Amino acid sequence: MTTFIRALLGATAISLAVSPALAEKLTIATVNNGDMIRMQKLTDDFAAKNPDIELEWVTLEENVLRQRVTTDIATKGGQYDVMTIGTYEAPIWAKQGWLVALDDLGADYDVDDLLPAIRGGLTVDGKLYAAPFYGESSMVMYRKDLMEKAGLTMPDAPTWDFIKEAAAAMTDKGNEVYGICLRGKAGWGENMAFLSAMANSYGARWFDMDWKPQFDSEAWKATLTDYLDLMNNYGPPGASSNGFNENLALFQTGKCGMWIDATVAASFVTNPNDSQVAEHVGFALAPDKGLGKRGNWLWAWNLAIPAGSQKTEAAKKFIAWATSKEYLELVASKEGWANVPPGTRTSLYENENYLEAAPFAKMTLDSINAADPQKPTVDEVPYVGVQFVAIPEFQGIGTAVGQQFSAALAGTVSAEQALQSAQQTTERTMRRAGYIK
Amino acid sequence: MARRATGTRKLVVTALAWAVGLAIFFPILWTILTSFKTEAEAIASPPSLFAFRWTLENYVEVNSRSDYFLHFMNSVVISLGSTLLGLLIAIPAAWSMAFVPAKRTKDILMWMLSTKMLPPVGVLVPIYLMFRDFGLLDTRIGLIVVLTLINLPIIVWMLFTYFKEIPGEILEAARMDGASLWDEVVYVLTPMAVPGIASTLLLNIILAWNEAFWTLNLTAAKAAPLTAFIASYSSPEGLFYAKLSAASTLAIAPILILGWFSQKQLVRGLTFGAVK
Repeated sequence: MTTFIRALLGATAISLAVSPALAEKLTIATVNNGDMIRMQKLTDDFAAKNPDIELEWVTLEENVLRQRVTTDIATKGGQYDVMTIGTYEAPIWAKQGWLVALDDLGADYDVDDLLPAIRGGLTVDGKLYAAPFYGESSMVMYRKDLMEKAGLTMPDAPTWDFIKEAAAAMTDKGNEVYGICLRGKAGWGENMAFLSAMANSYGARWFDMDWKPQFDSEAWKATLTDYLDLMNNYGPPGASSNGFNENLALFQTGKCGMWIDATVAASFVTNPNDSQVAEHVGFALAPDKGLGKRGNWLWAWNLAIPAGSQKTEAAKKFIAWATSKEYLELVASKEGWANVPPGTRTSLYENENYLEAAPFAKMTLDSINAADPQKPTVDEVPYVGVQFVAIPEFQGIGTAVGQQFSAALAGTVSAEQALQSAQQTTERTMRRAGYIK
Repeated sequence: MARRATGTRKLVVTALAWAVGLAIFFPILWTILTSFKTEAEAIASPPSLFAFRWTLENYVEVNSRSDYFLHFMNSVVISLGSTLLGLLIAIPAAWSMAFVPAKRTKDILMWMLSTKMLPPVGVLVPIYLMFRDFGLLDTRIGLIVVLTLINLPIIVWMLFTYFKEIPGEILEAARMDGASLWDEVVYVLTPMAVPGIASTLLLNIILAWNEAFWTLNLTAAKAAPLTAFIASYSSPEGLFYAKLSAASTLAIAPILILGWFSQKQLVRGLTFGAVK
């Protein structure tokens, strides 16, 4: 019996020594997009460099992910060691003390190489709280062939008046070609992302310096009226239910003359495997109204560590790996420069190989640089964020206002009614939340 | 003449039944067809029903990206576990309500059902906190408990309806013959209520299999069932319909097959007591 117990103890000791008992398991929550999936496939490189860290992935659709990580971080559930969060959550959660500051990601991380516009949105009180994995803005994608046929030339930095003129000239409803495709589906990250950015260029803003909603301003009226005018006259039918994917499908099948949306779409519409119009696509900056602001947004998916995580050091190692310059080179060596996650590092846009492989690179960089989350509007505002307002109440009011504007596009309410309802809803919420008396 | 009229009527009713059946089944058929298309064909307009290049690439991609077997096993354990645990509690509860009703039994039944009227998100945070404190987050046991609780009212109600159909005299006779309470429930009541229990079991397995609020919110990597597997293939920016369809087809296939083989019991159970 003693021999048996000894043997058992010996076997246990050996198994403990052999098994990676010290391996820490990091649970990482990510969104389902091409760049994130590519990262999961490349984790062998991280594992080789960090044999003591094991990675476990939880991939989810954006809205499900947002709900789940918000619940977890607010209740300190501790289910995740690394979370993928947007530029909307980063400043709010950092102020709440929910995130670990990322001010020591290693000597060779080169934090100054991060694009200033993106870095600014993730910094609170001078400290970086989330590391950008990929960044995007919005821009005009257009059909060069249709533009030529219409006898027009797209400038690099068009105005909204030109966009309207071009949309009218390119529309050929008989052949199912619509001059312009824009988001119409209700949601703070759907139609309101586009409309808030458009409103910025019209001189409109969500709130004045006293947090009073501004939907009763002339600038918002002009924004919504011009948007409805564009879409009703030159847009596709049923546009009030179109989001990114629906417009992508329309553009790729040759049904849109112009599409103003996320810069990330550039790689889809120029990919001949999926797009029927791949060789005809041109790019331009988002339009303006001559007031000094363009109608483009700024967004990034970032990696952050929830406060109270027991595995902070391992999580930092992972974040430093995934958002480093070396990671970009790793992707380039395995999948080509065109597939490198864009919009985070200045050095990428100085890399000749990348500029050659991605014809839309310069326009992406110019668009990102043209957006300033700290000063998003013509007039001064008390908030941070270009196409959103970085306050916790925004998800609710953004979606409620989005529903009004989507209804206006569907024709069930007028522009005036939609703006009036938007004003009332926002005022009520802001009063309840204590921003206004 | 009358016979011909009956024949025509039968034909019309049959055609109508097929049309309704196909209309109900169409979304599932469309999902299955889309899973064999390329991403570009999945969004093509006008869409093609059968004339496309059939491919298995989505299934290959889905299997290489996710651990289907892990999610499948989680779904099996969670749905079976919660249903069996639910039956274990509900059979005695339904017995007492059906055969030894008290003054407030009807009210209790209504109250049980009223718990289903609360939107689940209303109790998400309290339940999340309890799960965190008891170490139940991302565990199969935690999900079995929560799914048992949310399906328990339905199980009790269904069993109560079946038990009410069984004459109390039979149980009385068993008691006269010296059967204990345990013997009465196990050897007399349960065998007589087998069709009802079977359909309750099947319906609850389906409900638990398809539950997509708690299973998504209370799990991360270890206990995530097939609902989380499907949710990982949806994306607001990028083409995903074909891969999402492949994941959905893989997720619904087992329950579809189970439903197909047990449709007789399901229909019988659901219509039990409908016509008196």
